[in-house]
Amino acid sequence: MTSTVTATPGQGLDAQALRASLERLAASTGIRQWDLGAACSTDISVQVDRGEAKQMKGAQRSSITIRVWNDDGLVGITSTSDLSDAGLEKALAGARDASAFGNADDTPQFSPLATAPLQELHQPLREPQGILRLLDTLKTAEADLLGRHSAIGTVPYNGLAERSSERLYLNSAGASRQQRLSTASVYLYARAEEAGRKPRSAGAVRLAYGAADLDIAGCIDEAAGRTISHLDYAPIATGRYTCVFSPEAFLDLIGAFSSLFNARSVLDGVSLSSRASIGQPLAVPFLSIHDNGLHPGNIGASAFDGEGTPTRRLVLVEGGVLQNFLHSEATARAFGVTPTGHAGLGAKVSVGPDWFEIGPTPGSGGGQPGLDRFKASEPIVWIDSLSALHAGVKASQGSFSLPFDGWLVQGGEARSIEAATVAGDIRTLLNAIVGFEGEAKVTPDGLCPHVWVEGLSITGDA
Amino acid sequence: MVASATSAGPGTTSPDPGDATRFTAARFDATWRPRLEALLGSGSAAGADLVEVFLERTDHLGVLAEQDAITSVSPAFGKGAGIRVFRGERDGFVSTNDLSDAGLRRALEQALGMLGLQLPSLAGGGLAGGFGGLADLRDFAAAKEDWLRRCPELREATGKLLEGTGLLERHGSHLQVRRGSYARDWQEVLVAASDGTFGRDIRLHQSVGLNVLAADGEHRSSVGRRYGTSGRPDDLREWNADGSAQEVCESAGTMLYADYVEAGQLPVVLANRFGGVIFHEACGHLLETTQVERGTTPFADKVGEPIAHAAVTAIDEGLSDGAFGSLSMDDEGMEPQRTVLIENGVLQRFLSDRAGERRTGHGRTGSGRRQGHTFAAASRMRNTYIAAGPHTPEELIASVDRGLYCKAMGGGSVGPTGQFNFAVEEGYLIENGQLTKPVKGATLIGEAKEVMPRISMCANDLELAAGFCGSVSGSVFVTVGQPHIKVDSITVGGR
Repeated sequence: MTSTVTATPGQGLDAQALRASLERLAASTGIRQWDLGAACSTDISVQVDRGEAKQMKGAQRSSITIRVWNDDGLVGITSTSDLSDAGLEKALAGARDASAFGNADDTPQFSPLATAPLQELHQPLREPQGILRLLDTLKTAEADLLGRHSAIGTVPYNGLAERSSERLYLNSAGASRQQRLSTASVYLYARAEEAGRKPRSAGAVRLAYGAADLDIAGCIDEAAGRTISHLDYAPIATGRYTCVFSPEAFLDLIGAFSSLFNARSVLDGVSLSSRASIGQPLAVPFLSIHDNGLHPGNIGASAFDGEGTPTRRLVLVEGGVLQNFLHSEATARAFGVTPTGHAGLGAKVSVGPDWFEIGPTPGSGGGQPGLDRFKASEPIVWIDSLSALHAGVKASQGSFSLPFDGWLVQGGEARSIEAATVAGDIRTLLNAIVGFEGEAKVTPDGLCPHVWVEGLSITGDA
Repeated sequence: MVASATSAGPGTTSPDPGDATRFTAARFDATWRPRLEALLGSGSAAGADLVEVFLERTDHLGVLAEQDAITSVSPAFGKGAGIRVFRGERDGFVSTNDLSDAGLRRALEQALGMLGLQLPSLAGGGLAGGFGGLADLRDFAAAKEDWLRRCPELREATGKLLEGTGLLERHGSHLQVRRGSYARDWQEVLVAASDGTFGRDIRLHQSVGLNVLAADGEHRSSVGRRYGTSGRPDDLREWNADGSAQEVCESAGTMLYADYVEAGQLPVVLANRFGGVIFHEACGHLLETTQVERGTTPFADKVGEPIAHAAVTAIDEGLSDGAFGSLSMDDEGMEPQRTVLIENGVLQRFLSDRAGERRTGHGRTGSGRRQGHTFAAASRMRNTYIAAGPHTPEELIASVDRGLYCKAMGGGSVGPTGQFNFAVEEGYLIENGQLTKPVKGATLIGEAKEVMPRISMCANDLELAAGFCGSVSGSVFVTVGQPHIKVDSITVGGR
């Protein structure tokens, strides 16, 4: 077998060796312009089941995507997990072959910001604790959660994981980006059932730079609190309600409709927005949505995107008005702006958000003040988490119909809703926001307070 | 069902007497025997109850056409190994891209360490620790060596896709976006385990899809269809692009001006083919032993008891000719079975893999599946469908005074309490036993235990449809299917 010269398990990527290999191989095949993204990672994770180890996993992964420009300026790519010389040679040949089918009307170029300075991120590298210590920690956490209520019989979905990873971007014009990360995660989803009643389930997730930094106690508290709160449930009558979205639920919804802010989707004609939407009202005049992958709450933030463009904070909506789109190099060129650091790497480059910051626009008043779902005079549907976004969201149409977990709040008391869906149109929803409740919360997907929306359709069983 | 090339019996290859230095790196075959036996022997000598090695090579091609241009060609290839070690009901699993002797041994050492076991200091010979050596190689791939070569070249594939998007333009109106996509996934696998299992296979899955976005003022509809087969290199060449384009355009045109469905509890008639996603989500996942292990299925102790209406017989198998979920051997080296899950409403058995058999006692069914080497196998569905019944589709619709006809389904999911949901892509109101106006925005939600007894009528028009299923062992190719069925009452989420 050919030796792997560019990635060594436990030691990461060798950028110099990778560049040397690519330059040599490209020169021998007459390729003058190329770039690549490479990544490698080492993961370990554990799952437990009622005090016993259920599965322990480890993985060493490496991958590379090579992109080349042929003599006609057309682009082709190939990806592989084989970082040996033979693998790189085959990938380069595959990319060259694919370039014959490159799209002449939409050809990516190197990002003009691929050598711009990167913002320094505070991302401490933690040493892995090792799988047996993770196992002990998770067993203890599971036992704690099981002991919180007699109805909690199992924690069927659980996991504690550590990851060390590295990624880089190189191009034939000399750009060189490299980033190392350590991250850890824990998730606990409990299942509870009382005699004669339906099983109920809820959970929580935490992320950190190392397993020792994980807020496991908070994760247990949140999973237990949510699960127990759903034990006493009742059906809800179908109708229109004022809804309060949890930060997690609202961020999920905005994420599912992020094509509103995506320049690639606009150019492809699958976004509800158009070129002319910039500067136009999209939402109530007190809503702000920013994308900020650099927020310190974004654990594992990328310092640069797939094209080497630095990650940065970008205003998407301010005062309810659409201000900017997310861009790759190619879409930015098409719009006459600079890339925003939201690109992938491909022949047709994808664009996507990093991490949202949602809240009131400074100076706007922030909508109706003093909102408190426990003091409301009308019944309030409190939506804790949305399900099946992949199936229930029609992003190009703006419609959604989604199952959710949540509570009906009446007279200051919250009672779990047995089973229900919430349906609507995203543009209508963004213009039916009443205001915000409480402080913004940091979640794995972004920063957001509770969001009040009036007049949403709820379908229930009552 | 007719047995296909994918379900044909294996050839066998006698043990290769060669040494470890003669193995074939570019191909998985019997020359890997000495290396694998050394690994399995070492794992057994360390005290493992069972050691399994899964080797994989992949070759993928993705092509996207938009309007009348090819906008993305995405080839990818890879290799890797997954090593799994069992001790009692516990297991450790490690995956790696490094297929060198040192890389595989390092992965085995890590997997053993997870279970408190240590690799013996001397690698030595293969037959140690009670390991009796590998059986003759069961080579299911022998007749499939040319599959990849026989698939369309890039120029042919791109040409066929552009034909598809061109046909969309011809058949559709108000089309803002026309897309065609093609995916070809080739996989060679070699499975070896310390119980003697030694099998090789080549899999080929191809799928082609058409999607449109139609827009007229504020009215919008987006419709997509995907077609897929396994083990048929000529699949794209033989694809009926015109028929597919007509189907997509007809649906998009109908749904463009559809009103949103009114929410409520309604009787529902679900069309055949991809309508089978309701059984897949509502019940199929709950009949996998992974759910028994987690304690998340309400059917764990119901074998031999009625769990569905007597009209329902449900089957999961990996044998149907060319179906997306068909395979010659599962990812644990076992030939797939035809597994009757429910017969006349009575639960017959669960889908099981190695871990499921060890942890729940349900015998293996050839259902151990995984997306690739980075996932441990789990019990997963293959081709899953409700059997045909005695009625005509028209009889089902005629039996409903006011309800919903779901002609095309979107995706769905099932949660840890058995609650499922799925989206209706193309729906029609049923009024007085007749289909009337099209409606959109419907989501069906319910719980398997409650809905299965409400499937009261099955029609005589069983058809299958290709799909992708994501679960604990990643995304796998599956088929869903059913005849037209009637559900007496289900929650329809809408506006």
